[in-house]
This record gives sequence, structure tokens and C-alpha cells, in this order.
Amino acid sequence: MNNDTQQKNTRLIRILVLVAVAMFGFGYAMVPLYDVMCEVVFKKEKPGIPVVDEAVSYKVNKNREITVEFMTTVNKAAPMVFRSETKKLKIHPGQYYTVNFYAENKTDKVMVAQAIPGISPGPAAEYFKKTECFCFTEQTFKAREGRTMPVRFVVNPEIPEQYKTITLAYTFFDNTETSVKK
Amino acid sequence: MSAVVAEHDDHHDDHAHGPAKGLLRWVITTNHKDIGTLYLVFSLAMFFVGGAMAMIIRAELFEPGLQFVQPQFFNSMTTMHALVMVFGAVMPAFVGLANWMIPMMIGAPDMALPRMNNMSFWMLVAGISLLASTLFMEGGSPAGGWTMYPPLMLQTGKALPFAIFAVHLLGISSIMGSINIIATIFNMRAPGMTLMKMPLFVWTWLITAFLLIAIMPVFAGAVTMLLTDKFFGTSFFDAAGGGDPVLYEHIFWFFGHPEVYVMILPAFGVTSTIIPVFARKPLFGYSSMVYATASIAFLSFIVWAHHMFTVGMPIAGELYFMYATMLIAIPTGVKVFNWTATMWKGSMTFETPMLFSIAFVVLFTMGGFTGLMMSIAPSDFQYHDTYFIVAHFHYTLVPAAVFSLMAAGYYWLPKWTGHMYNEKIGQLHFWLSAVSVNILFFPQHFLGLAGMPRRIPDYAVQFADWNMISSIGGFIFGASQLLFLYIVIDTIRGGTGEKVTDEVWEDAHKHGLEWTLPSPPPYHTFTTPPAVIPTEHI
Repeated sequence: MNNDTQQKNTRLIRILVLVAVAMFGFGYAMVPLYDVMCEVVFKKEKPGIPVVDEAVSYKVNKNREITVEFMTTVNKAAPMVFRSETKKLKIHPGQYYTVNFYAENKTDKVMVAQAIPGISPGPAAEYFKKTECFCFTEQTFKAREGRTMPVRFVVNPEIPEQYKTITLAYTFFDNTETSVKK
Repeated sequence: MSAVVAEHDDHHDDHAHGPAKGLLRWVITTNHKDIGTLYLVFSLAMFFVGGAMAMIIRAELFEPGLQFVQPQFFNSMTTMHALVMVFGAVMPAFVGLANWMIPMMIGAPDMALPRMNNMSFWMLVAGISLLASTLFMEGGSPAGGWTMYPPLMLQTGKALPFAIFAVHLLGISSIMGSINIIATIFNMRAPGMTLMKMPLFVWTWLITAFLLIAIMPVFAGAVTMLLTDKFFGTSFFDAAGGGDPVLYEHIFWFFGHPEVYVMILPAFGVTSTIIPVFARKPLFGYSSMVYATASIAFLSFIVWAHHMFTVGMPIAGELYFMYATMLIAIPTGVKVFNWTATMWKGSMTFETPMLFSIAFVVLFTMGGFTGLMMSIAPSDFQYHDTYFIVAHFHYTLVPAAVFSLMAAGYYWLPKWTGHMYNEKIGQLHFWLSAVSVNILFFPQHFLGLAGMPRRIPDYAVQFADWNMISSIGGFIFGASQLLFLYIVIDTIRGGTGEKVTDEVWEDAHKHGLEWTLPSPPPYHTFTTPPAVIPTEHI
């Protein structure tokens, strides 16, 4: 191979490697791009019926750790701020925990809102017990009112070994129009 | 023409006097023919590994209920079958063909970057080994599908980081291979071999190489995000931290759609190379073939979301991706038309490579038509994640990409080895494959339309009959491929004993430079550029 070809190769390789690196960057650039695109998209949550669970005392299993993730979504029609003060929690089955959620009415009117929980993976739901939750009843918010609300829960130690992460997701729906409280 | 190849000149870097002795030759080789052979042998081995996984899948689906494997392992098999076939079999097989044929087709002495060539092969082996090692890990190998969607993929056990690093290695290997191919084609062509005189196989690989450089880094980025989500607390796709799993689908399919064309464009090139030789006519519409390939490559970047019509896109998005996808049918139609027109009034003979190529044209078109059906967004809601899509992409990958590889194998084996393969067994292999592949995949259209979901180990009894037929086809197809293995080994060891000429196929030397070389070609070829450039193919 003569020097001329070698020079041409070197130049070409530089350009092509640069393209490859730039495309790696482009993959990451898709993240903010997506957020921009998403302002028009809404996502639905799996609806669930909230139930009050009895506060049974379990034997705490200190040897096992399960990650519980908390996820909050606001239904497109509900003008609210809604977030969990804890994103993730490592818990021991059998022990009770309390986590706080913050919700705020962004309108100048009274709002009645209902939170719908969803637990995934689905089969883990029966072991996930909530003894106190803002989702058991409709919540009334005064105009611009924001407040912190607790959820108290326990994971039944009988939960099968394969569940290592449980996600608790809440979606707030604006029920002002249809509410019985109104 | 023998004067062209007789000289073994000595300014080639490492081994001017032929290959190194012993097994080490295959480890340290920088010769494009050796590396081509390594790629081809490796991909054939992976074809059987991936095929064995497919046999497990079809055995489990032979009857409703769970017979042989646990659901988790079944899902591992579908995932690993796809990853092994895509990254271990089809892609490396085409890279192997590129290594063997591109320098010989453009009159170059070797690939532009021989040492990098060696490295990209061994990185492929490392990547696939890493991937295969996950089968023996706690929690099993990845089972969330080859698309690796979170959050499901993040539930993978110990295997997750290994699978991700395997993808990184495979990506780097592909990118290095592609840079090498582009540099070879741009800088190493013989005098007189202008871009528009290059055989179409070279053209399709040039375009494929550009696709790979553009998409593999994006895939690497996507799986890196999975990795950091799982282990470093980022929330790209983690809803609990404000991320969105649907974002992953967008990034993945930005890579994924061009990726499926990476597996089919070189197949177009192989078909465009073989059909003119056996039709004894020039390729119909050479330049339109080049432009059609380039158009398909361009369109592949702007249609990705047709893989995810059901995520809840705005209607404008659905419409855009629907129409853009339909556009691809136009350049593809041009290609199918050109292949047919090439055969029109040709003096055709039906040796095994030609049979596989004709089957490619027919069966790829069928896969293309079902693709067109799925491009219609409202209909796609019915087809999504059913066996209909399984049937669709297997039609474009098995009787299309794999058949073109078989055709290429039969077409060039006599050139590579200097021996003729057994035509009778070759034809038997063809007919068994062509019939059984349809028994295998055609019923899956019916299953999908009736609502059978993909990636499940068990199904409702209403799907039992077609699944049984599909499995029977699968077993016949799998067993038939052993014939191919036999033929390859037999040909290497002497084949029919018939002495093959330099051009092997009648008048092939008018279609490509490789047929002006002796069979088998000497270790170093075209150290002096060829004097005459054949133009029959354009």
C-alpha cells in the first residue's frame, strides 16, 4: 500500500470514527428531544381498586430486601402537581413503612381528585398491603392548596422469592365533575 | 489473466510468502481471505447454535401446554435465538462474504486495514462468547426479547451487564468492520473500477457499512442507558425517577429499523450478482438498483416508529410513520422488478445458487407484502405482537437473507475451494429448504391473524393445529440444513472431484473480477491491479 492510499485511509478513518462518536451522542440527544415531543402525549395507568388492608403484625424478615419504587402520574385532565417524596425504598418484608406524597391543586377552584394505585409486577399486588393511603377516598383540595399525604404499607413476608422490585404507581384523576362529595 | 495473479510481491506487511504455519495462522492472520473464512465458519456455527434454540422453541410449541421447558427458559430461547441469529449468524456471514469478495471484486490486494480486520473478527467472537456465557448465569440469560425493552429487561438476573457488554463488543466489531469496508471501497479500487462499475454486492455493502456506522453507536447508547438505569441510579427509562420506557423503544428502533436492512441489503447485492450470471444477461437497471438501495437506506432512518404504533402516539405521528413506511415499497418494488426483468427472456439454467436466488425474490416479496400490510397503522393494532409479525420478519430473514447466504455459499464455494460441490445434494437441500420453510412460517400468518401472541411458551387450544404443522416444517427445515453443512465440508475436502475452471460458471468472468482469478485463488491476489474491468453486470 503506498503512502498516498495510507494518507487517504487515515483521513477517512478519522471522519468515520467521528461520525460513530457523534451518533453515540445522538442517541443521548434523543432523551431531551423525546421530552419535548412528549408534551403532546399522555400516558394511562392501569386502574386498580383501592382497598384498606388490616394492620396485621407480621414477623419481619431482616434477611430479605425488596426495592419498592414509587411512581406518580397525573391524568392529563387533572391540573395538579403530584410527586412522591421518596423515589425508591429498600424494605424488609413484614415491617411497616410510611412514605409521603405531595399533591397540589394548580387551579383557582376547589378540586376533588382520586388517586388510582397500580402495582407491578401484577402478581406481587396481593402481598402488598396498604393500611393507610390517600387513595382510599377522594381528596378535596382548596384552590391552590398543596399538602403532604402519607401511605403506610407492609409487604407480606410470604411474598415469593422472585420479587425483588415492586413498583407502586399512583395516578391522580380529577373527579370534581362526577364526585359524590360535591 | 494468470499473469495478473502469479506475482507474490513482498511489500505486504506480515506474511509475504503465504499463510503462517499451524493453527496460529487463524489467530494472527491479516489476510482478507483467511478472515473471510473465519467469519463464514463462525457464522455457520452460530447458525446451528441459533437453529438449535429455534428447535427448542418449536418443540415446546408443538402442542399446547408446557412439555419440555419452563416459561422463563423458553423466553430466554426466543431472546437468545434472535440475538445469536442477528449478531452471530446473518451479520457475520455477510461480513465474511464482504471480506472474501470485496477485494477480489474491485481488484484490490487486500482490505484497507488488515490488522483492524483481524481485531474486529476476534471482538465478534468475544462478544458472542460473552452473550452465550449468560446462559449459565444465575437467573438465566436475557429473556426480555432481543429488543431488550425496559422495565422487563431490567428484571434480568446477573446476566444483564454481560449481555450489555456483549452488545458493546459486537457494536465495536461491526463499526470497525464497516470502517474497513468503506476505506477499502473508497481507496483500494483498481484503476478503471469507477463507483458505477462496481458489482452491486460491493455497492450494497458500501451502503450497509454506512448504515452500521450510523446506528450501532445509537444502540450502544440505548443499552448503556439501561445499564446506568439499573446500576447507577439514572432514570432514562425508569418511570419512578421521571423517565419513560417508551423513550427506549424510540431509541432502540432508530437503531432497529436500519439494522434489519443491514441484514437484507447485502442479500440484495448477492441476488443481483447471481441472477445475471444464470440468466446470461446483464443486470436490468444497474443504476436504478444503486439508487434504490440508497433510497431504502435513507428511508430506513425515518420510519422507526412503525414498530410501535400501539404505544399511544399522536395521530399525526401514526400517519407520518405509516406513509413514510409505505414509501419503502417503491424502491423495493424497483428491485424486484429489475430482478424479474433480468430473468425475462434470459437463457436461464437452474443450478443451486440460482434456485436459492429465485426463491429469494419470490419469498422476500411475500415478506415485503406482509410488511406493507403492517405499515397500515390501524390494521397494525391487530398484527402487533402476534405471530403475524413473527411470520413477516422470518419471511424476510430466512427465505430471504439466509437463502441469499446459501446462494452465495453455493455460488462462490467452487471459487474459494477449487472444488465443485455436489449439485444433486445441493438441489435436494434447496427443495427441502424451500418447501419446509413455507410449512414452517406460512401457518404463522394464520396464527397471528387469529390472535396468537408472540413470545409465549403455551397457547390456547384453538392454535394447536397450525402450530403443529409449523413445528413439523421447522424440524424438516432444521434437519435439511445439515445437508448444507455436509456439502460445505465435502466440497472443502474435494467435492465431486470435478476440476473447476477459473470462471466456474459459464461466462462468469464477464460479470466479475473474482472469476478471472484461479480457483482456488492464491493467498495474495491483485497485488498488481487487473488490466481489464468486466462490465457485463452493469
